[in-house]
Order: sequence, then C-alpha cells, then structure tokens
Amino acid sequence: MPGLLDYVIGVVSFLLEISAVVFALYSKPRFRYALPAFYMLCTAVVQVGVWVCLEKYGVSSQEYFYVYYYTESLQMLAMFLVIIQLYEWIFLEMSMGRYIRMAASILLGVTGIFSFLVINHNRGQLSLKSIQFVVEFDQNIYFVGVVLTYLLWGAMLKLRETRTRLVQLVLALGIYFSTLAGIYALRNLFPAMEDPVLRWFPPFVAIWLPLAWSYTFARIPEEARQEPKQLLTPALAGKAS
Amino acid sequence: MIAALICVVSIMAFAHFFVSYTRTILVSTGGIELSPRVRELVGIADGPISAADFGRLLQLVHLCSETRDDRADIRAVGAYYNALRFADASLRPIVPRISAWLENERQRCSHFAAVALDRRIAHNLSIYGRQIAEGL
Repeated sequence: MPGLLDYVIGVVSFLLEISAVVFALYSKPRFRYALPAFYMLCTAVVQVGVWVCLEKYGVSSQEYFYVYYYTESLQMLAMFLVIIQLYEWIFLEMSMGRYIRMAASILLGVTGIFSFLVINHNRGQLSLKSIQFVVEFDQNIYFVGVVLTYLLWGAMLKLRETRTRLVQLVLALGIYFSTLAGIYALRNLFPAMEDPVLRWFPPFVAIWLPLAWSYTFARIPEEARQEPKQLLTPALAGKAS
Repeated sequence: MIAALICVVSIMAFAHFFVSYTRTILVSTGGIELSPRVRELVGIADGPISAADFGRLLQLVHLCSETRDDRADIRAVGAYYNALRFADASLRPIVPRISAWLENERQRCSHFAAVALDRRIAHNLSIYGRQIAEGL
C-alpha cells in the first residue's frame, strides 16, 4: 500500500496540475493555451481516478492495473495532441498545418492501436509479476515523446523561434520526457534497483511539468522574446555555425 | 540493448534540455548592468563578476527579504550551478576543452545572483524609505 510520502507527492502534484490549468486559462491571450490546460486537467482527473481505484481495489489488483495503464495510454495520447499543437504554432508561418495534422493523425492512430493491442495481448498477465512488461511499455512510450520533443526543439532553433513562452513550454516537456524515459530504461536494465531507488523518481518527475508550466504561464508574458542563439549548448552551437 | 540505448540518448537529451531551460532564465538578466552598490559589496571595481562568487552572492541574497516571486528562478539557477560544478570536476580530466565553457556558464550564474541581490537591496531600501516617510 502507498505510504505517507506517496500521498504527499500525490496531493502536491494534483494541486500543481490545477494551478497550471488556472494559470494557462487566465494568462493572456485568454484560452490560447486551452489544450495544455485540458491535458493538465485530464492528468488531475486521472490521478484522482487512479487513487480511488487504488483505495478500493488495492495495489495488486487487476482493476488497478487496467485503470492505471489504460489511463496512462490515454494521457499520453492527450500529451501528443499538445505536442502537435506546439508543432502547429512553430510551423504556422510556413503553411504546413495540413501536413502536420496528417502526420499527427497517423502517429496518434498508430500509438493508440499499438497501446490497445499490447495491453489487450497481455490481458491475463497484468499484475505485479509482469512489472517488466509495464516498465518496457512506459519506457518506449516516453521515448517517443523524447524524439518528438527533440525534433520540435531542433525545428525551433532552425526557424529561430524567439517566443520565450513557447521555448519554455517545449523545454520543460523535453526535460519531463527525457527524465521519465531514462528512469524507465534504468528500471528495465536494473530491476533490482526498482524498489529502493528508482520507484520514487516518476512521482517526483510528475511534479516537474505542472510546476514548470505554472511558472511559465504565471511569470512569462506572451510578448516576451529572446535570442535563440543564446540557448545553444556548445555541441549544438558548433552544428549551427 | 534497446533499453541501454534509450537510457544513453535520454540522458543526453535531458542535458541539452536542462541547459537550454536554465539559460532561458539566465538570459533575462544577461544584459543588465550591475549597480556600483553591488560591485562594492562583492568587491569588484570593474569588469565581469567571478564564477567563484556565486556561493557568497547567494548567501547575501538569502539575507535580504524577498522582492517578487524570484525564489523559483534562484533555486533553478542554484541547481544549474551545482550541476556545472559537478560536470567541471568530473569532465575536466577527460575533456579539458569544455572547462572554459563551464566556467563561462558559472560566471553567468554569478551575474544572475548579483542582479537578484541588486533587486532585493533596491526593494529593501524602498521599503525602508517608505517606513521613514510614514514615521515622519
């Protein structure tokens, strides 16, 4: 059963998710960031649902595992929608909206079908015993997020994107995905480290994204701009020159 | 094999994203000139602030009462500075060329801390001035 720390982290991340929704909807221009706000709202609702299920059925029940992994897959689909919107904003001036939407629909469809088939195929095995499968599944899903965000970041640098808000939203997303993909890969590589150390990282990382987005919506005005060249690391600066 | 590859790529991507994210915070203070008051306090007459001054500056920042909500920025930059120090200690023997870049980044962190200190001192002085005026 979850301990006190699990509950504390859960409550903190829930409050941050709600604050991110409020800041996103109330920051000017109003409702421009409705999709990121919708994603955060979904995350908060899913979190409550998972906790209710956990309390009702227990951590080792089939019900809990189904709810957890189906909702996680749905949450990832919602996150991909946010990434697609970010792509659309970046490529707005290049009139590439139609191609982005087409590529995004294919990606969403494939991810949705893949997630459903994988979980359905492992229907009888979803329990604590099959934790290895679950870790591998999450690792792959988050890695797709890393790749998409990295490509987006590369495009932003290439197109000399200056909007500070967009830059911070994308970079926060990149930190979130790369940390989770790395942690799940480590859990996959070293299953013995699961309980003492690595189990604690994903909940802490879940705090990061609503915290960073709340900060961006609350503190960075829409009209803030910065020079993209100043954000390059030495490796990227070398390639750019 | 795939897990190891994903792990390495994710760590590299994380480093890129983290450095760039912290830079979005540092850039906001990059062009701000330090006041003579802070220069005198830190003990530098002219020229840029030293990377090694960061710890001392941060202590001074914490001595002043908070101005706006700058705590999150200061914490993020503090974490970045510590990561840079760790990277410098562990990478210097392997990649000596990176040392100069790391030193430059740490210097930016010190400049950020000096600007934060400057703002907090100005804020404290304005509060003090207002209290004096109200007392009269």
